[in-house]
Parts: sequence; C-alpha cells; structure tokens
Amino acid sequence: MVKTIDEINEKIKAGKALVFNAEEIIDHVKEQGLKKAAKQVDVVTTATFGPMCSSGAFINIGHTKPKMKITKAWLNDVEVFCGIAAVDMYIGATQIADNDPANALYPGSFKYGGGHVIEDLIARKRLKFKAQGYGTHDYPRQEILGEFTIDDINDAFLFNPRNCYQNYNVAVNCSDSKIYTYLGVLQPRLGNAAYCSAGQLSPLLNDPEYRTIGIGTKIFLGGGIGYVAWHGTQHDPTVTRNEYMIPTSGAGTLAVIGDLKQMKPSWIRGTSLIGYGVSLSVGMGIPIPILSEEILRQTCITDRDITAPVIDYGQDYPNSINKTIAQVDYASLKSGSIKIQNRKVPTFPISSYSKALEIANILKTWISTGDFLITHPVAGLPGRGYATGSKPFRGKYR
Amino acid sequence: MQISKRIVLHYPPVLTERPIVYELVKKYDIMFNILRADFSVDGAGMLLLELTGKKENLTKSFRFLKKVGVRTELLSQDIERSEDRCVHCGVCAMVCPVGAFVITRPGMIVELKTARCIGCEECVKVCPYNAVKISFL
Repeated sequence: MVKTIDEINEKIKAGKALVFNAEEIIDHVKEQGLKKAAKQVDVVTTATFGPMCSSGAFINIGHTKPKMKITKAWLNDVEVFCGIAAVDMYIGATQIADNDPANALYPGSFKYGGGHVIEDLIARKRLKFKAQGYGTHDYPRQEILGEFTIDDINDAFLFNPRNCYQNYNVAVNCSDSKIYTYLGVLQPRLGNAAYCSAGQLSPLLNDPEYRTIGIGTKIFLGGGIGYVAWHGTQHDPTVTRNEYMIPTSGAGTLAVIGDLKQMKPSWIRGTSLIGYGVSLSVGMGIPIPILSEEILRQTCITDRDITAPVIDYGQDYPNSINKTIAQVDYASLKSGSIKIQNRKVPTFPISSYSKALEIANILKTWISTGDFLITHPVAGLPGRGYATGSKPFRGKYR
Repeated sequence: MQISKRIVLHYPPVLTERPIVYELVKKYDIMFNILRADFSVDGAGMLLLELTGKKENLTKSFRFLKKVGVRTELLSQDIERSEDRCVHCGVCAMVCPVGAFVITRPGMIVELKTARCIGCEECVKVCPYNAVKISFL
C-alpha cells in the first residue's frame, strides 16, 4: 500500500490532492512510470452517462388532511408504485403514461413517462397529482387531486437498483427488417451496431475487481452527492475476464442512492427510446483512491484493452440464445466502424462519452478544491466467488 | 455552371393538381430530386426538392414558383437542435440518411451540419431527449 484513504483525505482537505480523470491518467502514468505516479496521484475520477432503465425515486409527499393511505397514484398521468406506507411512493423510471398508446402505433414514441417525472421534479416543475385510497379508520380520505413541486414534499431520493453496468453488449441486427430496441434503431443485415459504455472512463472498468468501489462509496450522482447502496441486480462478477481482469461482457452493477433535491436536470434526464419505452439517463461519477500501484495500474486501462460482445438483437437476444457474433474493442467501436463477418459495420454510441468526461472533470474539481472527501466502503461488492451471478429464470413455466 | 439548392415548397390546396415540377423541368431545364413529399387531408402539400441547374434558371424557377402561389424556403434553416437538451449520444447519427450528424473524435461530440439536412425528420422521431426540431413553416 502506498497510501491510505485517510492520508488522501488529509491532502484533499488541504487542497493539495493530485487528481486525474481516467482518460488523463493513461498518459500521465506512461510519462512518469507506475511506481512514481502511484506515489504522486491521489485520486482518479471515472464517470458514465447513459440510459439506465433500472432507476427510480422514492418520495414522501407529507400527510394530507384528513389522512390518507394511498393505494394508487399518478404524477402527470404516470402511475407510481404505492404498495408501501401511506404517503410514500416510488416513481419507476420506465413507467409510461396511462394514455400512452405504447407500441399500438408502431414504433411508439414514448414521449413522457416515469423518467420524465423524475426530471421534472428535479427541474422544480409543478407536477399534477392524483391519488386514491380505500379509506380506513385512521386514514379516512379516499381521493385527492392536487399539485406539488419537489420543494413542497418531504423526501425525494433516487434509488436505482441497477446502474453502471461494468461492460455492455454491442447490439446488431441480423434479421431482414429494421428493429427498435433499447440500444437504438438497428438496421437489418448488420446495417449498424450500437454500444453503451464510457469504455476507459467507465467506473467499474477502472476498478474491475472492486478493490475500492464498495457499499458506502460516495459518488457524484445526477449532479449531487450519492452513495453506492448495494451491488446492483444481475451483478455477475463471475463472467469471463481478459488478462487485465476486465470482464468481456456485462458483469458487475451498482445499486445507488442519492438526494433528488440536490440533483440537476442536466445530469438526470427522462429518456424516450422509440419503439421501446421510457427510461432515465443517469450521470454518475466515481472516485478511485490510489492506494496501491496495482489500483493505479488498473485505472490506466485503455479502450483498446476493453472488449464487448456483439449480440444479434434481431433473433438471438429476444429468444435468450447465448451467442456472441464477435468480440470487439472500444477503440474500434469509438472509431466509427467495426469489422464483423468481413463487413464494415458503422458504430454508434447510445451513452454520451462527452457528458461522462464532463462529469469526471466536475468530480475532479470537487476533490481538488476540497469539497469532496473519499469514503471507506463499509462492505465490499460480491467478487468472483459470488454464487448467485446473473442466471436466467429458474422458476417453473406453467 | 450548375448549382444545387435544397428547398421546401409549400403548395396551397388549389395547386396540388398542377404538375409544377414538370413545368420547372420543361421551362427552365432544372434537374430535380424529390427528397420528401407530404400532403395533408385538406389538400395542402409540402415537397422537399433538390433542384440543380444554371444559376439564372434557378432564379427564374423561384420567380415562377412565387408567381403561381407556391411558397418556397431554403431547407437548411429549418433544423434546430437544443444545446441544453442534447447530450451528444449518437442516436440521431444512427438514423440520419445524409450524414447531417457527425460524431467528432476523440471528444465524441455530435456536430450538426445543417446544410446537409433534407428534413426527413428521422432524428426528430428517434432523439431520446427531444432535442431536435424541424419546422416547415
């Protein structure tokens, strides 16, 4: 170990911490050498920005007069989950508005849904509110119509059960017709390819074995402060890894939490995916404290060293056929085209690399100016021995 | 010297039966390429054309269109992107048939080349952030 988190925090408080983003660190280590750089550098910032469907927000709107145990509720005509206590509810990012024709008019445009409700809350817009309850002795009220902004309610916090996928599929379409997916519009017969990762900037690709990122890690979430709450759903550290310990497919995920009242609409965006549905684009930045040479070495990963599986979303993906057409690296993906089956296929990102870079730089500024201290994780994320992994449905079909 | 212009023609309902494009070809030696055509239920029409011909013939064509009652406008002024809403993903570039959205490297910023736009509105339909607007006023 070259330094401890406490030593790094002392330097941050004194305004003397040396911080690089995960792109800059690559050249810095090349110039200085690993040993020297590990002593100098305190923190490397990583980030990502893109649609993350498994997201949502808990809110508590405060008790009405008379009191009400809400069983069904809508915000701007988007239904929210009420199967929790009286005036607590959960706004699911992918919930569509009740009157949305969805894919009945194919491809559906999905202009407004849960993700947009969350964005509007953050933007301090007034939301239309409707709720019903069956009425009890202690909670007699059965109906309410009203409106509120985020400042009128008690609590609002984002709680996303699965964000920040460590790596992700590259989607192509081998069928004969155009398809609409959560990875964009895929042209037939390998007409294009879509990917969704910040590659060398992405948090879990810079700490591939979860040495520093764990439960309790303080992060940039949507423009405010958030925390890693748990490993995300479908967290699967057991997948195949390359010589740099980088998973060659999906792998780790994070469940994250943060105060919605601090967030900004530039970093949390309602997202409409044509023919697919509504989502929430999340901006996240995670600091990696440089505690050892090995941790620093892992942050020096480049797009060339990270590969992702090319999957056919025309036939294989929807039918749960585990088939990888090719394995391609992010340097090629970012160059604008990849070669598959001897064909040049144009590539397009769904996530935003430029936004991710902006976030990594904001976090760098927060740390360099002493505003953001590094946390000790209170527990690690499940590692390679994790038995659960992400397996297909194992219940019974009837 | 031949020059090309991309223009939007707005037809009032009374003119949609008249073969105006044919007249452009016949009278002014104009080559045309139909990029898009729309007709509303009331019979008004919108035609997006690329016209190629001698400069003086194009000028005469525009004069002719104005005289018969077809409103024209240059296309490149019609596409607008909200810089606040755009996050520079690549979804618009994925569907644009004419390469009006160019992903620049290494920064991965999506540049909009308005002059290339043919107003097909594919980007408007797919933009996840509702950042692009095309108007044919």
